[in-house]
Amino acid sequence: MKKFSEKTYSWFNERLKLDNLTYFFTKKVVPVHKHSIWYYFGGVTLFFFIIQVVTGILLLFYYKGSADLAFESIQYIMTKVEFGWLIRSIHSWAANLFILSAFIHMFSVLFEKAYRKPRELTWITGVIMFFMALGFGFSGYLLPWNELAFFATKVGTDIAGAIPVIGDPIKIFMRGGDEVSGATLSRLFGFHVALLPGIFTVFLVVHLLFVQVQGMSEPLGLKTRKAIPFFPNFVLRDLLLWLVMLNILAVLAVFFPSELGHKADLFASAPEGIKPEWYYLFMYQSLKYFPAHIFFIEGETVGVLLFSVAGILWLLIPFWDKKSSMGERNLFINYIGLFAVIFILILTILGWLS
Amino acid sequence: MKEASHKNRRDFLKYILSGGLLGLAASILYPIIAYLKPPAQREVEVSSVKAGKIDEIEKESGKIIKFGSKPVILIRTAKGDLRAFSGVCTHLDCTVQFRKDMGVIWCACHNGKYDLNGHNISGPPPRPLEEYRVIVQKDEIFISKKT
Repeated sequence: MKKFSEKTYSWFNERLKLDNLTYFFTKKVVPVHKHSIWYYFGGVTLFFFIIQVVTGILLLFYYKGSADLAFESIQYIMTKVEFGWLIRSIHSWAANLFILSAFIHMFSVLFEKAYRKPRELTWITGVIMFFMALGFGFSGYLLPWNELAFFATKVGTDIAGAIPVIGDPIKIFMRGGDEVSGATLSRLFGFHVALLPGIFTVFLVVHLLFVQVQGMSEPLGLKTRKAIPFFPNFVLRDLLLWLVMLNILAVLAVFFPSELGHKADLFASAPEGIKPEWYYLFMYQSLKYFPAHIFFIEGETVGVLLFSVAGILWLLIPFWDKKSSMGERNLFINYIGLFAVIFILILTILGWLS
Repeated sequence: MKEASHKNRRDFLKYILSGGLLGLAASILYPIIAYLKPPAQREVEVSSVKAGKIDEIEKESGKIIKFGSKPVILIRTAKGDLRAFSGVCTHLDCTVQFRKDMGVIWCACHNGKYDLNGHNISGPPPRPLEEYRVIVQKDEIFISKKT
């Protein structure tokens, strides 16, 4: 058996110079310090993404992306297909956990200033992937074609439409017409299963490549001498955490399976208590506080503009936080991060309770 | 002695770990494989269908009728007889058609031919077409399965 594996390795090695790769991974080390725990959240996010790809492909075997059949096909998956309820529930829960771990990963990188030179591009690719993750959530939410999804998509696309000048064309592009209809479903289905995964995978490969080439960043001012080899020590710990996450996911998916609700009715009134998914709640709730008009501009437009500007500034942090790149402490970033965390938490809770 | 007990312990751990991993793999793979298997669909049992009025079908012509989820070919011969057969070619599942110029039931996929009694006469079809019963009641054509 051993001989066979050695033979196989040497066959590939002769052709692909695997020794170089093995050498790279055995030499690569991961620093050990009191903040090392945060290194694992990137991996956890990746794990949930992999789960999404696998369960998403499985759902595609039965899902039908048309307004007449979408709801029924999910009903069919959940009631007739063996383990269909489980696959859908895992897909729905893993989506939430994927975004949650991406949030944690992003904020830990921010607080540790790991985006500073030379890792600016790793941050940029990461934040873009985070925005895409929100896009995955938004586009996937409509696919069951139920009441909640229908109205959430109406509201969401309408918010996009509030952006001055380019808003309206964006809204029409997202809806595939003036109204949310079967055309919107086909379009968002395309975004969800083809466009976004394709672009996301490219960004993911680049992001991971940067991490491998540049190694793990260490927090500013922390002099660590201890380190563990990336392979196998760090990888095995990573895998163990993945196993823990898989168990959490399984428990959530089995004991709190996702519901389907009622089929979307294009001519029905919006049901009471309609809300977006939790990761959009803070934006949804804050938009409620804007008055109808601020001077001559609509309140909603001002809100959307503010969030857009905040998003762009967030993306470009490595370029305007010069201090951290020079190795100096920059508490201002910590205050911004802290403000963002508190803002998101409070408005999410308020939105949840409203 | 000590080394042997170490080896035993190591072996024990190895079995527990690999057993656990196998169990994990099985508990993930089993639902996936079961999920991939399409559920058995109960077909809607159709015993007979209305195939239109007799004057709607000309002599020496044929048409495909929906019989539940399956096609049935209804033929009116030159003499005016009505006959119905399964529209599914016994070769590879294609749907057959009536060819007036050849005077046969013809399958376009592999040039299979059946005579107007549904018997396979040339080409690859291995069996005759299943025959259906045709009844005309007050100008209305009914097709039903032969029991």
